[in-house]
Amino acid sequence: MKSFTYERVRSPAEAVAAATRVEGAKFIAGGTNLLDLMKLEIEAPSHLIDVNGLAFDKIEETQEGGLRVGALVRNTDLAADVRVRRDYSLLSRALVAGASGQLRNKATTAGNLLQRTRCPYFYDTDQPCNKRRPGSGCAAIGGFSRNHAIMGTSDACIATHPSDMAVAMRALDATVETVRTDGSARSIPLGEFYRLPGETPNVETALAPGELITAVTLPKPFGGTHIYRKVRDRASYAFALISVGAVVRRDGTGRVALGGVAHKPWRVEAAEAEMPRGARAVAAKLLAGAKTTDENAFKLPLIERTLDAVLTDARGR
Amino acid sequence: MSEPLSAEAAQDAPSGTSDVVLRVNGAERRLAALDPRTTLLDALREHLHLTGTKKGCDHGQCGACTVIVNGRRINSCLTLAVMHESDSITTIEGLGTPENLHPMQAAFVKYDGFQCGYCTPGQICSAVAVLDEIKTGIPSHVSRDLMAAPEFTEIELRERMSGNICRCAAYSNIMEAVAEVAGRKV
Repeated sequence: MKSFTYERVRSPAEAVAAATRVEGAKFIAGGTNLLDLMKLEIEAPSHLIDVNGLAFDKIEETQEGGLRVGALVRNTDLAADVRVRRDYSLLSRALVAGASGQLRNKATTAGNLLQRTRCPYFYDTDQPCNKRRPGSGCAAIGGFSRNHAIMGTSDACIATHPSDMAVAMRALDATVETVRTDGSARSIPLGEFYRLPGETPNVETALAPGELITAVTLPKPFGGTHIYRKVRDRASYAFALISVGAVVRRDGTGRVALGGVAHKPWRVEAAEAEMPRGARAVAAKLLAGAKTTDENAFKLPLIERTLDAVLTDARGR
Repeated sequence: MSEPLSAEAAQDAPSGTSDVVLRVNGAERRLAALDPRTTLLDALREHLHLTGTKKGCDHGQCGACTVIVNGRRINSCLTLAVMHESDSITTIEGLGTPENLHPMQAAFVKYDGFQCGYCTPGQICSAVAVLDEIKTGIPSHVSRDLMAAPEFTEIELRERMSGNICRCAAYSNIMEAVAEVAGRKV
């Protein structure tokens, strides 16, 4: 691990000031992904700003009837919150489908959103990777690509975003709250938070340098049956090959987002209009323009069948 | 920045090394001039010589380094010691002693819940915390009803222990040990 300096901050203002003051500084909260990457020197911050002392560890009800989830709320606590289990069970389900008990106890809401891809070529520092070293090329294109993206890819990157939580947050229309280095706050709908790789896969979100996530807000409950179905190589403690997060109302309408298929949680609002017509119709719109390799083409039928299972399951409840 | 810093602020200001106080197995332990890169795992093993906690993968994948911090199990390899100022840490050495085993340790012995034993401290710390997690109503991937209290069933225990890998594959014996302490037969 490269050496770095370390400080604890007690307010968001102190946090963003520190990020402005020191070039190459990074915030650290749970640290489960950042420290892993620092050990491999994929991340090499010059300075760590420990934000664990900030008062962002609560889940509060909003005036609009939704929930405001503090950036530091641990994955375990978010999944276990009774309001989340009752009104946003898609989120609880997605959280407990991810990682291990130990990791969920440490990982935070904001950190989960910001975790990096698990593309093996991103992790292997001997390989070219446009995300890790811009301009060096992409070893995944033409390489082992079984678990790579099929939607929204570019000639520079075919990595996926690994989060389960973000898939649920996307389907639930969550909004990311931040504070910028000038002290101003802003709200970024999750649909606008992640970027597709394009020519700059190293730029993953809409966050500006030094901008700090303070909370994630959920709008008032959408109702319906909430189902998160994750397909993976092991029954537990593995990243998704694909996942389907769905909220289905009694009349068959609802929302659907996919994990494991793109550089961000994949949701196409136009596809949701097809939900009463069944999985094939939804998949046709959701996966229009898919670009597969020989190794990951299986994801197309797998998504359609998983969607079918989810919509059938929802009808039966 | 010419304004003089208070003693407390000076300690928190960016610097090369930090002094950290951890409460390990009930005792206050001071680590002086610690390199901030030191993980909690390395602080326990290399600085405090509590070598019961094991380093397996050092990347949060195997669970051998599991310890209980402020009542919650975590991977000690994926956190920095400086991030745990004043935290209460329980390692395998704090659960029991050879003369006075923790019930989970005794059950692992009784059911032969290990072969080489390298993953065992992590398995035991994890298992102790798992029973607490079920008791406090934290749901898991296999909980059928999110609004009901989770149960001490075999499928729940297996799912919740999935962050602890056993290279010798003593899983069935580990399950018997954990289930006995949970008050269940598997």
